[in-house]
Amino acid sequence: MAMLEIDDLRVAFPRGKTEEIEALRGVSLRLEKGERLGVVGESGAGKSMLAFSILNLIAEPGRVSEGAVRFMGENLLDMSERQIRGIRGNRISMIFQDPMVTLNPVLTIGTQMIETLQAHRRISRREAHRLSVEKLKMVAIPSAETRMDAYPHELSGGLRQRVVIAIALLTDPELIIADEPTTALDVTIQAEIMALILKLCRENDVALILITHDLGVVAEVTQKLMIMYAGKCVEAGETRAIIDAPNHPYTAGLLKALPQNAEPGQKLYQIPGSMPPITNLPRGCPYHPRCSRASDECRAAMPEIIDGVACYHPLQSVEEIA
Amino acid sequence: MSAQIKPVPSPQTDHIVETRGLEVRFPLPTHFLSREKPVLHALNTVDVAIRPGETFCVVGESGCGKTTLGRTIIGLQNPTAGEVYFNGQRIDQMDEATRKPIRRDMQMVFQNPYASLNPRRNVYDTLVEPIRHLMPEKSAAEQRETVEAVLAATGCDLSWQRRLPHEFSGGQRQRIAIARALVTNPAFIVADEPISALDVSIQAQILNLLTDLQAERGLTYLFITHDLSVVQHFGTRVAVMYLGQVMELAETATLFATPKHPYTRLLLDAIPKLEGGSFDKPRTPGELPDPVNLPKGCPFAPRCPLATDLCRAERPKLRVLPSTGTEVACHHTE
Repeated sequence: MAMLEIDDLRVAFPRGKTEEIEALRGVSLRLEKGERLGVVGESGAGKSMLAFSILNLIAEPGRVSEGAVRFMGENLLDMSERQIRGIRGNRISMIFQDPMVTLNPVLTIGTQMIETLQAHRRISRREAHRLSVEKLKMVAIPSAETRMDAYPHELSGGLRQRVVIAIALLTDPELIIADEPTTALDVTIQAEIMALILKLCRENDVALILITHDLGVVAEVTQKLMIMYAGKCVEAGETRAIIDAPNHPYTAGLLKALPQNAEPGQKLYQIPGSMPPITNLPRGCPYHPRCSRASDECRAAMPEIIDGVACYHPLQSVEEIA
Repeated sequence: MSAQIKPVPSPQTDHIVETRGLEVRFPLPTHFLSREKPVLHALNTVDVAIRPGETFCVVGESGCGKTTLGRTIIGLQNPTAGEVYFNGQRIDQMDEATRKPIRRDMQMVFQNPYASLNPRRNVYDTLVEPIRHLMPEKSAAEQRETVEAVLAATGCDLSWQRRLPHEFSGGQRQRIAIARALVTNPAFIVADEPISALDVSIQAQILNLLTDLQAERGLTYLFITHDLSVVQHFGTRVAVMYLGQVMELAETATLFATPKHPYTRLLLDAIPKLEGGSFDKPRTPGELPDPVNLPKGCPFAPRCPLATDLCRAERPKLRVLPSTGTEVACHHTE
């Protein structure tokens, strides 16, 4: 049994009184214990929607309209709010993009950490304090003991995100979902934080779902990869295999458009157009208006995902796209 | 495509834009009981000289002063000390009437096209405003002609003119923002992180547009970014900034092949690579020192593996390394 199994997950938002629009249009994935998965896509592709729906956090009026999220065999979507609290923030933790928004600005780091622990464990304040300092040391925060009394604004952006990671680790989770954890940070701090997340996941056998738009970060950190486009998974598989030899024209286009894959001074490969909004999707494959390989088949019906790629005309190598 | 005459660099200088000893300091609010007068040092003696037709990149992390440098050159920010030259003419102390004709030669593209376009103004009004303001001699027909020519050159559809910014995607808005910068037919454009608010598949489109426009119009760019892979692809020369100072200045290829400053090496080392493997070893937490209370010596010394007492005591000046021609502000690199 896989640790996390998602089956045909769909999220819908109402439009008007009778209509509904699907933001997530049937996504499936499997994650084994200790495995690291990257989810890559443009804004609006549905990657954050996927993260939120795993923990049943879709805000009203949106709802999970179909599908199942099984964590250790139990469907999280069937659970009561009380039951899911035993899992959310406990066995599955989340790290969000902006640490200044995640942390409460009027409480000290220590208060927030102790509160989190006491919400999930029956332990004394003293013991919670000790465990919190231990986790702060784990994320390499200098003078951890004194930082417990600091307020979030007293820390730099990089240290704040370290604190957020320490809080995510407090309950020794089996899975961490990180939604663009370094997008708000500088390049050198991003490298520090991603190296830290990678090390902690490896050492503690924690599984990771890393949501990002940066293929470089995914290549550095994850073993598995899922590419999303317009609410669908268009390609999934081993990270290395996809980056070395993408099968879906969109993945290939994304990789080919990276400046590091072009000759300096030469023009970059560019994917024409932009991703359609989910309110106005074309018929068939959502990528066909931008795809050089599109045929009538693509314009008629959405291809099923077969062998990790949802495309009627998968590529054998990157060179195949003009 | 336009018949206007480009200003030719004056004979006494081969630089289109030059700064000498540029400093910008922001006084911060003082506590009413405190005698201290805190001052934020945004730029600290910055000397850059930009050659006509090149793409001069400025890289650095947030708070390093790269945006302040762009804004000071273009005249959106007055320098506290130092000089700014455009085609050999000193512009930072000019009165507005003398400076106005120069403003049409220097334009800016901002980072966030969701904030830089007036939401109540349609595309035509946005584009015609700089012409009306800076080129009052143009007739209404000429204005229309210029706007349409620039829209076509930037890949915008002519039917967009009566539409409002909210009807466009991020990439389309950035094209409109670029068009607005081009309507006065400038020679020099400051592009402040023009692609970092855009999606990956759109970034290549905008970079290619900037490359094409440069080739067609002989534009000079000051390109401000935090993304080194973009610099490597796009830049002619690059200045690496840290806490208001230029730490290293070199030809792009030279900088990537032989980075000299320890900070440049740290930056290059932080780029995630598609080959993977470079995040495997843990990194020590580093932090920018407070720009309000700058350390006395080299600003990078607290994070630097090479730092000695000399670095902590004395701020290194930019010097030319004969081996590569790189300018570097470090006591120890060779």
